[in-house]
Amino acid sequence: MNFLHNYIYYIGAFGLIFIGLFIMITKRNYIKVIIGLSILETGVNLFLISVGYISNGTAPIFSKAGIEAGKMVDPVPQALVLTAIVIGLAVLGLALSLAIRLYKHYGTLNLQEIKEQRW
Amino acid sequence: MRKIIGIILLIIIAWGIIISLQKIPFGTSRAKVADYYINNGKEETGAANIVTSIVVSYRSFDTLGEVTILFLAAIGLGAVLATIKRKEERKTEKASLILFTGCRFLFPPILLFGAYIFIHGHLTPGGGFQGGAIIASAFVLMYLGCHDKKKINETGSIISESLGGLVFVVIGLIGLAVGAHYFLNNFLPKGEFNTLLSAGIIPIIYIAIGFKVGAELSKIIDLLMEES
Repeated sequence: MNFLHNYIYYIGAFGLIFIGLFIMITKRNYIKVIIGLSILETGVNLFLISVGYISNGTAPIFSKAGIEAGKMVDPVPQALVLTAIVIGLAVLGLALSLAIRLYKHYGTLNLQEIKEQRW
Repeated sequence: MRKIIGIILLIIIAWGIIISLQKIPFGTSRAKVADYYINNGKEETGAANIVTSIVVSYRSFDTLGEVTILFLAAIGLGAVLATIKRKEERKTEKASLILFTGCRFLFPPILLFGAYIFIHGHLTPGGGFQGGAIIASAFVLMYLGCHDKKKINETGSIISESLGGLVFVVIGLIGLAVGAHYFLNNFLPKGEFNTLLSAGIIPIIYIAIGFKVGAELSKIIDLLMEES
Protein backbone atom coordinates (compact mmCIF):
# COMPACT_ATOMS: atom_id res chain seq x y z
CA MET A 1 0.00 0.00 0.00
CA ASN A 2 2.86 2.32 0.84
CA PHE A 3 4.44 1.52 -2.50
CA LEU A 4 1.25 2.47 -4.31
CA HIS A 5 0.93 5.65 -2.29
CA ASN A 6 4.44 6.71 -3.20
CA TYR A 7 4.56 5.73 -6.82
CA ILE A 8 0.99 6.26 -8.07
CA TYR A 9 2.05 9.34 -10.05
CA TYR A 10 4.89 7.48 -11.73
CA ILE A 11 2.61 4.55 -12.53
CA GLY A 12 0.06 6.86 -14.13
CA ALA A 13 2.68 8.80 -16.06
CA PHE A 14 4.43 5.73 -17.42
CA GLY A 15 1.09 4.11 -18.15
CA LEU A 16 0.27 7.04 -20.42
CA ILE A 17 3.76 6.99 -21.96
CA PHE A 18 3.54 3.28 -22.75
CA ILE A 19 0.02 3.57 -24.15
CA GLY A 20 1.23 6.36 -26.42
CA LEU A 21 4.34 4.44 -27.52
CA PHE A 22 2.32 1.30 -28.19
CA ILE A 23 -0.15 3.24 -30.35
CA MET A 24 2.70 4.87 -32.27
CA ILE A 25 4.40 1.52 -32.91
CA THR A 26 1.39 -0.57 -33.89
CA LYS A 27 -1.16 1.69 -35.57
CA ARG A 28 -0.99 2.38 -39.29
CA ASN A 29 -3.35 5.31 -39.54
CA TYR A 30 -1.55 8.65 -39.45
CA ILE A 31 -4.23 10.33 -37.32
CA LYS A 32 -3.95 7.52 -34.76
CA VAL A 33 -0.17 7.97 -34.69
CA ILE A 34 -0.71 11.67 -33.91
CA ILE A 35 -3.13 10.75 -31.13
CA GLY A 36 -0.48 8.39 -29.72
CA LEU A 37 2.10 11.18 -29.83
CA SER A 38 -0.28 13.42 -27.93
CA ILE A 39 -0.90 10.82 -25.21
CA LEU A 40 2.86 10.22 -24.92
CA GLU A 41 3.42 13.95 -24.43
CA THR A 42 0.82 14.08 -21.69
CA GLY A 43 2.55 11.21 -19.92
CA VAL A 44 5.95 12.89 -20.12
CA ASN A 45 4.51 16.13 -18.73
CA LEU A 46 2.87 14.27 -15.85
CA PHE A 47 6.15 12.51 -15.09
CA LEU A 48 8.11 15.78 -15.01
CA ILE A 49 5.56 17.37 -12.69
CA SER A 50 5.55 14.38 -10.34
CA VAL A 51 9.36 14.39 -10.12
CA GLY A 52 9.14 17.81 -8.45
CA TYR A 53 6.41 16.78 -6.03
CA ILE A 54 6.87 17.04 -2.28
CA SER A 55 4.59 15.11 0.07
CA ASN A 56 1.80 17.37 1.35
CA GLY A 57 3.35 20.32 -0.46
CA THR A 58 1.65 23.50 -1.66
CA ALA A 59 1.76 25.28 -5.00
CA PRO A 60 4.78 27.61 -5.29
CA ILE A 61 2.74 30.80 -4.96
CA PHE A 62 3.00 33.26 -2.06
CA SER A 63 -0.66 34.22 -2.30
CA LYS A 64 -1.40 34.13 1.42
CA ALA A 65 0.70 35.15 4.39
CA GLY A 66 0.76 31.78 6.12
CA ILE A 67 2.43 29.80 3.33
CA GLU A 68 5.93 28.67 4.24
CA ALA A 69 8.64 28.27 1.67
CA GLY A 70 9.77 24.88 2.98
CA LYS A 71 6.56 23.09 1.99
CA MET A 72 6.41 24.29 -1.60
CA VAL A 73 6.77 21.85 -4.47
CA ASP A 74 9.59 22.25 -6.97
CA PRO A 75 8.70 25.11 -9.39
CA VAL A 76 11.37 24.34 -12.01
CA PRO A 77 9.65 21.28 -13.59
CA GLN A 78 6.39 23.24 -13.68
CA ALA A 79 8.05 26.04 -15.66
CA LEU A 80 9.62 23.46 -18.00
CA VAL A 81 6.30 21.70 -18.51
CA LEU A 82 4.69 25.03 -19.37
CA THR A 83 7.23 25.26 -22.19
CA ALA A 84 6.71 21.63 -23.17
CA ILE A 85 2.93 22.00 -23.45
CA VAL A 86 3.21 24.96 -25.80
CA ILE A 87 5.79 23.22 -27.97
CA GLY A 88 3.64 20.08 -27.98
CA LEU A 89 0.75 22.15 -29.24
CA ALA A 90 2.93 23.54 -32.04
CA VAL A 91 4.06 20.03 -33.01
CA LEU A 92 0.45 18.82 -32.98
CA GLY A 93 -0.64 21.63 -35.30
CA LEU A 94 2.19 20.96 -37.75
CA ALA A 95 1.51 17.20 -37.73
CA LEU A 96 -2.18 17.79 -38.45
CA SER A 97 -1.36 20.11 -41.34
CA LEU A 98 0.93 17.42 -42.76
CA ALA A 99 -1.93 14.93 -42.37
CA ILE A 100 -4.15 17.22 -44.45
CA ARG A 101 -1.44 17.43 -47.14
CA LEU A 102 -0.94 13.64 -47.13
CA TYR A 103 -4.65 13.01 -47.52
CA LYS A 104 -4.96 15.50 -50.37
CA HIS A 105 -1.97 13.97 -52.18
CA TYR A 106 -2.50 10.23 -51.69
CA GLY A 107 -6.20 10.00 -50.92
CA THR A 108 -5.49 7.87 -47.85
CA LEU A 109 -4.05 8.21 -44.36
CA ASN A 110 -2.96 4.58 -44.10
CA LEU A 111 0.82 4.63 -43.87
CA GLN A 112 1.07 1.12 -45.38
CA GLU A 113 -0.56 2.22 -48.61
CA ILE A 114 1.61 5.29 -49.04
CA LYS A 115 4.55 3.98 -51.02
CA GLU A 116 7.28 6.30 -49.78
CA GLN A 117 6.25 5.71 -46.17
CA ARG A 118 6.22 1.93 -46.09
CA TRP A 119 8.29 0.24 -43.40
CA MET B 1 3.66 -9.43 -35.32
CA ARG B 2 4.11 -5.70 -34.85
CA LYS B 3 2.12 -5.88 -31.66
CA ILE B 4 4.35 -8.59 -30.22
CA ILE B 5 7.49 -6.65 -31.11
CA GLY B 6 5.95 -3.53 -29.59
CA ILE B 7 5.06 -5.26 -26.34
CA ILE B 8 8.56 -6.76 -26.04
CA LEU B 9 10.12 -3.35 -26.65
CA LEU B 10 7.88 -1.72 -24.05
CA ILE B 11 8.71 -4.40 -21.47
CA ILE B 12 12.43 -3.77 -21.99
CA ILE B 13 11.96 0.00 -21.59
CA ALA B 14 9.78 -0.48 -18.50
CA TRP B 15 12.41 -2.75 -16.92
CA GLY B 16 15.09 -0.11 -17.40
CA ILE B 17 12.90 2.62 -15.97
CA ILE B 18 11.94 0.57 -12.90
CA ILE B 19 15.60 -0.21 -12.16
CA SER B 20 16.69 3.41 -12.52
CA LEU B 21 13.81 4.97 -10.57
CA GLN B 22 13.89 2.52 -7.65
CA LYS B 23 16.82 4.24 -5.96
CA ILE B 24 15.42 7.78 -6.16
CA PRO B 25 13.26 8.78 -3.17
CA PHE B 26 9.88 10.23 -4.09
CA GLY B 27 8.43 13.43 -2.66
CA THR B 28 11.09 14.32 -0.11
CA SER B 29 13.50 16.94 -1.38
CA ARG B 30 13.85 19.64 -3.97
CA ALA B 31 16.74 20.46 -6.26
CA LYS B 32 19.16 23.13 -5.03
CA VAL B 33 18.24 25.56 -7.79
CA ALA B 34 14.57 25.29 -6.83
CA ASP B 35 15.47 26.14 -3.23
CA TYR B 36 17.26 29.24 -4.46
CA TYR B 37 14.28 30.33 -6.57
CA ILE B 38 11.79 29.80 -3.75
CA ASN B 39 13.88 31.51 -1.06
CA ASN B 40 15.04 34.49 -3.12
CA GLY B 41 12.51 34.81 -5.95
CA LYS B 42 10.14 36.85 -3.83
CA GLU B 43 12.68 39.60 -3.18
CA GLU B 44 14.50 39.47 -6.50
CA THR B 45 11.57 39.54 -8.90
CA GLY B 46 8.63 40.73 -6.78
CA ALA B 47 6.24 38.14 -8.25
CA ALA B 48 4.08 36.08 -5.90
CA ASN B 49 3.95 33.15 -8.33
CA ILE B 50 7.39 31.53 -8.36
CA VAL B 51 6.66 29.64 -11.59
CA THR B 52 6.01 32.98 -13.29
CA SER B 53 9.18 34.45 -11.86
CA ILE B 54 11.10 31.52 -13.36
CA VAL B 55 9.38 31.64 -16.74
CA VAL B 56 9.48 35.41 -17.24
CA SER B 57 12.41 36.55 -15.15
CA TYR B 58 15.06 33.92 -14.42
CA ARG B 59 14.60 32.00 -17.66
CA SER B 60 12.89 34.53 -19.88
CA PHE B 61 15.43 34.05 -22.65
CA ASP B 62 14.15 30.47 -22.79
CA THR B 63 10.60 31.84 -23.03
CA LEU B 64 11.65 34.05 -25.95
CA GLY B 65 12.80 30.91 -27.74
CA GLU B 66 9.52 29.18 -26.90
CA VAL B 67 7.51 32.06 -28.34
CA THR B 68 9.69 31.86 -31.46
CA ILE B 69 8.94 28.15 -31.80
CA LEU B 70 5.21 28.83 -31.66
CA PHE B 71 5.64 31.54 -34.29
CA LEU B 72 7.63 29.16 -36.51
CA ALA B 73 4.95 26.48 -36.13
CA ALA B 74 2.26 28.95 -37.25
CA ILE B 75 4.40 29.96 -40.26
CA GLY B 76 5.15 26.33 -41.12
CA LEU B 77 1.48 25.42 -40.91
CA GLY B 78 0.62 28.28 -43.25
CA ALA B 79 3.37 27.26 -45.67
CA VAL B 80 2.31 23.59 -45.72
CA LEU B 81 -1.36 24.40 -46.22
CA ALA B 82 -0.96 27.37 -48.58
CA THR B 83 -0.26 25.35 -51.72
CA ILE B 84 -3.43 23.27 -51.44
CA LYS B 85 -6.05 24.10 -54.03
CA ARG B 86 -9.11 25.63 -52.45
CA LYS B 87 -12.02 23.26 -52.42
CA GLU B 88 -15.46 24.44 -53.40
CA GLU B 89 -17.46 26.10 -50.68
CA ARG B 90 -18.49 23.60 -48.01
CA LYS B 91 -22.20 23.23 -47.53
CA THR B 92 -22.98 24.25 -44.00
CA GLU B 93 -26.29 24.30 -42.28
CA LYS B 94 -27.31 27.50 -40.59
CA ALA B 95 -26.99 27.26 -36.83
CA SER B 96 -30.16 27.41 -34.80
CA LEU B 97 -31.05 30.64 -33.06
CA ILE B 98 -30.20 29.34 -29.59
CA LEU B 99 -26.74 28.17 -30.65
CA PHE B 100 -26.04 31.34 -32.60
CA THR B 101 -27.11 33.68 -29.81
CA GLY B 102 -25.39 31.57 -27.16
CA CYS B 103 -22.09 31.70 -29.01
CA ARG B 104 -22.23 35.42 -29.53
CA PHE B 105 -23.22 35.88 -25.89
CA LEU B 106 -20.35 33.73 -24.58
CA PHE B 107 -17.64 35.14 -26.83
CA PRO B 108 -16.89 38.38 -24.89
CA PRO B 109 -16.86 36.75 -21.41
CA ILE B 110 -14.38 34.13 -22.63
CA LEU B 111 -12.12 36.85 -24.06
CA LEU B 112 -12.39 38.74 -20.77
CA PHE B 113 -11.51 35.62 -18.80
CA GLY B 114 -8.45 35.05 -20.98
CA ALA B 115 -7.36 38.65 -20.42
CA TYR B 116 -7.85 38.21 -16.66
CA ILE B 117 -5.70 35.08 -16.71
CA PHE B 118 -2.76 36.73 -18.42
CA ILE B 119 -2.94 40.03 -16.54
CA HIS B 120 -2.86 38.20 -13.20
CA GLY B 121 -0.07 35.86 -14.29
CA HIS B 122 2.31 37.01 -11.55
CA LEU B 123 -0.25 36.58 -8.73
CA THR B 124 -2.32 33.47 -9.52
CA PRO B 125 -1.70 30.21 -11.38
CA GLY B 126 -1.88 31.37 -14.97
CA GLY B 127 -0.06 33.54 -17.42
CA GLY B 128 0.38 34.53 -21.02
CA PHE B 129 0.34 31.08 -22.56
CA GLN B 130 -2.72 29.92 -20.66
CA GLY B 131 -4.61 33.16 -21.27
CA GLY B 132 -3.72 33.05 -24.95
CA ALA B 133 -5.04 29.50 -25.20
CA ILE B 134 -8.33 30.58 -23.57
CA ILE B 135 -8.64 33.45 -26.07
CA ALA B 136 -8.07 31.02 -28.93
CA SER B 137 -10.77 28.75 -27.47
CA ALA B 138 -13.21 31.67 -27.82
CA PHE B 139 -12.41 31.70 -31.55
CA VAL B 140 -12.98 27.94 -31.74
CA LEU B 141 -16.42 28.53 -30.26
CA MET B 142 -17.15 31.16 -32.90
CA TYR B 143 -16.02 28.85 -35.71
CA LEU B 144 -18.04 25.89 -34.47
CA GLY B 145 -21.15 27.75 -33.45
CA CYS B 146 -21.61 30.56 -35.96
CA HIS B 147 -20.92 29.23 -39.45
CA ASP B 148 -22.16 32.28 -41.28
CA LYS B 149 -19.97 34.60 -39.25
CA LYS B 150 -16.94 36.04 -40.98
CA LYS B 151 -13.48 34.67 -40.21
CA ILE B 152 -11.09 36.43 -37.84
CA ASN B 153 -9.84 39.87 -38.68
CA GLU B 154 -6.52 39.12 -40.36
CA THR B 155 -4.97 42.57 -39.94
CA GLY B 156 -5.85 42.70 -36.26
CA SER B 157 -4.36 39.25 -35.73
CA ILE B 158 -1.12 40.16 -37.51
CA ILE B 159 -0.83 43.47 -35.65
CA SER B 160 -1.38 41.97 -32.20
CA GLU B 161 1.03 39.13 -32.95
CA SER B 162 3.84 41.41 -34.16
CA LEU B 163 3.25 43.93 -31.36
CA GLY B 164 3.44 41.17 -28.77
CA GLY B 165 6.77 39.91 -30.06
CA LEU B 166 8.11 43.44 -30.48
CA VAL B 167 7.21 44.51 -26.93
CA PHE B 168 8.96 41.42 -25.53
CA VAL B 169 12.20 42.04 -27.44
CA VAL B 170 12.20 45.83 -26.93
CA ILE B 171 11.72 45.50 -23.17
CA GLY B 172 14.56 43.01 -23.12
CA LEU B 173 16.80 45.42 -25.02
CA ILE B 174 15.88 48.32 -22.69
CA GLY B 175 16.94 46.09 -19.81
CA LEU B 176 20.26 45.68 -21.59
CA ALA B 177 20.71 49.45 -21.72
CA VAL B 178 19.60 50.52 -18.22
CA GLY B 179 20.21 49.18 -14.75
CA ALA B 180 22.13 45.97 -14.34
CA HIS B 181 22.93 45.65 -18.07
CA TYR B 182 21.73 42.20 -18.98
CA PHE B 183 19.06 41.03 -21.38
CA LEU B 184 15.51 41.13 -19.91
CA ASN B 185 16.73 42.77 -16.74
CA ASN B 186 13.88 43.84 -14.43
CA PHE B 187 14.45 47.59 -14.50
CA LEU B 188 11.01 48.82 -13.36
CA PRO B 189 10.22 49.34 -9.65
CA LYS B 190 8.95 46.18 -7.93
CA GLY B 191 5.94 47.82 -6.30
CA GLU B 192 3.99 46.43 -3.37
CA PHE B 193 4.18 42.64 -3.12
CA ASN B 194 1.10 40.61 -4.09
CA THR B 195 -0.79 43.47 -5.80
CA LEU B 196 -1.69 43.85 -9.45
CA LEU B 197 0.85 46.60 -10.13
CA SER B 198 3.95 44.83 -8.92
CA ALA B 199 6.90 42.77 -10.16
CA GLY B 200 8.23 45.33 -12.65
CA ILE B 201 8.34 44.09 -16.24
CA ILE B 202 6.78 40.66 -15.58
CA PRO B 203 3.10 41.65 -16.13
CA ILE B 204 4.00 43.69 -19.23
CA ILE B 205 5.85 40.78 -20.80
CA TYR B 206 3.09 38.34 -19.90
CA ILE B 207 0.46 40.62 -21.47
CA ALA B 208 2.57 40.77 -24.65
CA ILE B 209 2.92 36.96 -24.63
CA GLY B 210 -0.83 36.62 -24.09
CA PHE B 211 -1.62 38.74 -27.14
CA LYS B 212 0.95 36.92 -29.25
CA VAL B 213 -0.10 33.41 -28.25
CA GLY B 214 -3.80 34.21 -28.61
CA ALA B 215 -3.28 35.62 -32.11
CA GLU B 216 -1.07 32.73 -33.20
CA LEU B 217 -3.32 29.97 -31.89
CA SER B 218 -6.41 31.52 -33.45
CA LYS B 219 -4.48 31.83 -36.71
CA ILE B 220 -3.61 28.11 -36.56
CA ILE B 221 -7.26 27.26 -35.90
CA ASP B 222 -8.33 29.55 -38.74
CA LEU B 223 -5.96 27.86 -41.20
CA LEU B 224 -6.98 24.34 -40.15
CA MET B 225 -10.71 25.11 -40.30
CA GLU B 226 -10.46 26.83 -43.65
CA GLU B 227 -8.40 24.26 -45.51
CA SER B 228 -9.88 21.03 -44.23
